[in-house]
Amino acid sequence: MTEQSTSERPKGERSTAKPSNEAFFWLLFSAGGVVAAVLIPIQLFLFGLAFPLGWLPQPSYEHVIALARSPLARIYLFVLCSLPLFHWAHRFRFTLYDGLQVKHLNEVIFAFCYGGALLGTAFAAYLLWMI
Amino acid sequence: MTDQIMTDRIMTDQIMTDQMMTDQAARTEFHPRWYRERVSTWWWLGEWHYLKFILREVSSLSVAWFVGLTLFQLQALLHGPVAYARFSARLQSPVMIAFNLIAFCFVMFHAITWFNLAPRAMPVRIGGKRVPEFLVAAPNYALWIIVSAFVGWLLLRTP
Repeated sequence: MTEQSTSERPKGERSTAKPSNEAFFWLLFSAGGVVAAVLIPIQLFLFGLAFPLGWLPQPSYEHVIALARSPLARIYLFVLCSLPLFHWAHRFRFTLYDGLQVKHLNEVIFAFCYGGALLGTAFAAYLLWMI
Repeated sequence: MTDQIMTDRIMTDQIMTDQMMTDQAARTEFHPRWYRERVSTWWWLGEWHYLKFILREVSSLSVAWFVGLTLFQLQALLHGPVAYARFSARLQSPVMIAFNLIAFCFVMFHAITWFNLAPRAMPVRIGGKRVPEFLVAAPNYALWIIVSAFVGWLLLRTP
């Protein structure tokens, strides 16, 4: 894997390469991964499968919007929408590098992935402000 | 032998060695590059471990899918009950169910592989000894279950 967590590098190795901000992006990826792992499954199961297929009673519009309007829920939903996007951005970028060997499009991929994540974050902020 | 002759011979030896080394250096320019096989785009189909790695990376697409879905859901909520009802109806179409089912499988794959990797990404040591991996992964699973139950309760309760 191109991405390296700090625990995978041998201890005491000092990098002679110029300092990169890879660690920052990896941190976003990591945080997004935790949020995605813990929070997404239940919501995707309920809204994507259980409610549409009638396995469980669907909550009414009033109930859902009342939930969404509470301040804690807005923060929760913002984190839920923003961080996993950065997780996707980082992972997809390296999938294109390593998986499909598309190394010659570095800048385009970078802009598409992290730019997309930023756009999604901005949209989420707007929606949650207005709701 | 006199000292002068010995010094001369040593100096000549040195000059000759230098010349030979320079010759070799000059020859290295024209040495052919070592052969490296070009990696195919489909390298990951070669072994199960490679495939598992790529599947894990592809799970990020399902994560992005969920966020997109949630953003559209929030937009529908913002636009009122009629829009939200239309959104919910769209979610019932077979195409959406299929996509959501695939996405759900991938997200579960992500969650399980993520929690199983946690003890490796963050080796926990107590008193110098490595805590067994299961004990580091278990609290993650516990948190997952508790939070999921709470969210489910919030959504399913009838106020």
